[in-house]
Amino acid sequence: MQTEEIRRHTISILVDNEAGVLARVIGLFSGRGYNIESLTVAEVDPREQLSRITIVTSGTLMIIEQIKAQLRRLVPVHKVSDLTIEGPSVSRELALVKVTGTGEKRVESLRIADIFRARVVDSTNESFVFEIVGATDKLDAFVRLMEPLGLMDVSRTGVVAIARGPNPI
Amino acid sequence: MTGAEMVLKALVDQGVEVIFGYPGGAVLPLYDELFKQNRLRHVLVRHEQAAVHAAEGYARSTGKVGVVLVTSGPGATNAVTGLLDAMCDSVPLVCLTGQVPTHLIGNDAFQEADTTGITRPCTKHNYLVKDTNQVARVMHEAFYVARTGRPGPVVIDLPKDVLVGKGTYAGPAKVKHKTYRPQVKGDAKAIEDAVKLMAGAKRPIFYIGGGVVNSGLAASQLLTQFVHTTGFPCTQTLMGLGGFPGSDPQSLGMVGMHGTYEANMAMHGCDVMICIGARFDDRVTGRINAFAPHSKKIHVDIDPSSINKNVAVDVAIVGDVAHVVEDMIKLWKAKQFRADDRALKAWWGQIDKWRARDCLRYGASDKVIKPQYAIQRLYEMTRSRDTYITTEVGQHQMWAAQFIKFEEPGRWMTSGGLGTMGYGLPAAMGVQIAHPDSLVVDIAGEASIQMNIQEMSTLAQYRLPVKVFILNNQYMGMVRQWQELLHGGRYSESYSAALPDFVKLAEAYGAVGLKAEKMDELDGVIEQMIAVDRPVIVDCRVDPAENCFPMIPSGAAHNEMLLGPEDEAEKPISEDGMVLV
Ligand SMILES: Cc1cc2nc3c(=O)[nH]c(=O)nc-3n(C[C@H](O)[C@H](O)[C@H](O)COP(=O)(O)OP(=O)(O)OC[C@H]3O[C@@H](n4cnc5c(N)ncnc54)[C@H](O)[C@@H]3O)c2cc1C
Ligand SMILES: Cc1ncc(C[n+]2csc(CCOP(=O)(O)OP(=O)(O)O)c2C)c(N)n1
Ligand SMILES: [Mg+2]
Repeated sequence: MQTEEIRRHTISILVDNEAGVLARVIGLFSGRGYNIESLTVAEVDPREQLSRITIVTSGTLMIIEQIKAQLRRLVPVHKVSDLTIEGPSVSRELALVKVTGTGEKRVESLRIADIFRARVVDSTNESFVFEIVGATDKLDAFVRLMEPLGLMDVSRTGVVAIARGPNPI
Repeated sequence: MTGAEMVLKALVDQGVEVIFGYPGGAVLPLYDELFKQNRLRHVLVRHEQAAVHAAEGYARSTGKVGVVLVTSGPGATNAVTGLLDAMCDSVPLVCLTGQVPTHLIGNDAFQEADTTGITRPCTKHNYLVKDTNQVARVMHEAFYVARTGRPGPVVIDLPKDVLVGKGTYAGPAKVKHKTYRPQVKGDAKAIEDAVKLMAGAKRPIFYIGGGVVNSGLAASQLLTQFVHTTGFPCTQTLMGLGGFPGSDPQSLGMVGMHGTYEANMAMHGCDVMICIGARFDDRVTGRINAFAPHSKKIHVDIDPSSINKNVAVDVAIVGDVAHVVEDMIKLWKAKQFRADDRALKAWWGQIDKWRARDCLRYGASDKVIKPQYAIQRLYEMTRSRDTYITTEVGQHQMWAAQFIKFEEPGRWMTSGGLGTMGYGLPAAMGVQIAHPDSLVVDIAGEASIQMNIQEMSTLAQYRLPVKVFILNNQYMGMVRQWQELLHGGRYSESYSAALPDFVKLAEAYGAVGLKAEKMDELDGVIEQMIAVDRPVIVDCRVDPAENCFPMIPSGAAHNEMLLGPEDEAEKPISEDGMVLV
């Protein structure tokens, strides 16, 4: 059946920035067995004390709808938007990638970084830290290419996303 | 004002009359304030779990918010089962918990517990108040959250320094949550779709639940009116009993695992299902892919997360039962919709055939008391009185649901979603506090009653004439039944050994103890129980081997019911069913 298909959705949640709000959201996902592929959170409106949580999750259509309904049920949640279906949106992720090595491999990593428009934000004689921004797929591809070239550490922010065009989320 | 003074003022301003609680170090400032006043009545329980169930009984039987007060650490953790029970059954509560002073939070201080952490998944919402100036706002907001929308328990964790500190009070009028606004009015277009679907139905059924009871007396009256106008049959969930009059000819009784044959067959065969304030629980649906396979479904629920959770529906209406049903009736009349009388006649003809199976029939006996018979007699001897019934959990609970007919909401308190043994006695206590002159009976099992038996002492202290009617079958009957049906009759740990002498136990608590062992003793004992104006325990010895039928075994469909012992052997339970609860 069509509805049984597993889909990935990016959900944007505007919440009161109060103690425990993140625990509520995460607890809902773990308690009900929903997936979290990535999660980001930061205050976005200091005056109104609002934070935005962006979650990438996956499930059947029925599960995705259930996730949104459950999120809306939380008292400190102001707004839940499904960026995957509510019109076009842009999403970005940032990664810091440490690669160590010398000689040919080091040069190759720099060359690939250039193709991916990754910036070098730290370097020593035997290491680079690259900063790369883009869609999740692009970051995945970059990290995969760095693996044989001395990939040491990866730190990723998780996805942030926003609706395209003049209207708010 | 001090934080503690504000808490009490807020309770009074919210119209609270009774608090169920238990003191301890962290809440001493509140108990000190309680001592100095006489507007709020405090009922001292013997265990914090019982305080919560008592508040549930109070809330369910009055429609008001129940209030609980417990201390930090063990006080709060003891309350957790009750909180989750209230969460599962949508009961409005505010539970105040003490907490260590703010500067000690996180230090593993004496009687510290991460109460908001522990109760987060068992409450509708919870608060840790860190500033005395927030006490009034949080108190009023908590009451608003607890009673509006889908009701539920709210915890307010109050550190001791916040109770002792000083701040400014604000009245309830000034407090409204920033964004929390449950939708009560249903969407007009969806209501029209629903009513059209109903008018075209050939085999319709109303499937109503606890949401009708939650929505209040008006909701149940409107619903009853609508069911009468349409002429459709109406079945109730365990939580919905009393939402529609049980003895009405259009009532098919309870649906689900231990529901009636006619209700389940009608659910299975219907072409339009009108679900009002019920949540397609697994005890009701049976095997989900065989649930009402040929039906269009309408679902009215105030909680959008209840809709399309277990079962996909065709018309969803988010709103309060009373509001939505009122709009449905108006539309039905305004557009002069009519039920399909010919089809309906045929449908009732079919239903009457199912009814004729007389599915609640049980083997008669003139020696040993059959548990069903005991409930039947209890019902017949109390039905003309002003009676409230609570239950514990097990076979006795199901027999009570099957044999007692509730004519209005709020007369039946049982633990449905969590199925908490030990619920019935404290719940009855809460009901009796709210209705001092009514007859309040806890229908109990000999195992369940021991889970909160200490509350007999509370009954004695407050002279609450609650009647505990124990169907003593010497087994955890419901467990024994499953072991018989699913585990080859290996009765592992389900025998109630070393039972106390319940008559002496009652006497030890200053109550009256009665015992019925033979058929001819039953009526006399019930009569005496009703007549005594004191708490009573009845030890009613019943057939230990009796099973509760009908039964839809786990993993089976509505049309695969076991109707009685004869069916047991013929329809063995599937392997798939074994893993289900
Ligand atoms: C041993 C045992 C056996 C059981 N067997 C059965 C059985 O055979 N049959 C059975 O039915 N149950 C049975 N149960 C109970 C079962 O587990 C569920 O608790 C019950 O079926 C749920 O009832 P409900 O669907 O009415 O929902 P409730 O839990 O009462 O929920 C009410 C629903 O209405 C909504 N609502 C609340 N307020 C409003 C409002 N104002 N307006 C609109 N909607 C509102 C809520 O959002 C919710 O979706 C059994 C329990 C036990 C312990
Ligand atoms: C707190 C708790 N523990 C365990 C259970 C599982 N359970 C459900 S019914 C039951 C047996 C109840 O026995 P009794 O009170 O004698 O009732 P009977 O079924 O015999 O009528 C048990 C153990 C439960 N529902 N609640
Ligand atoms: Mg028993």
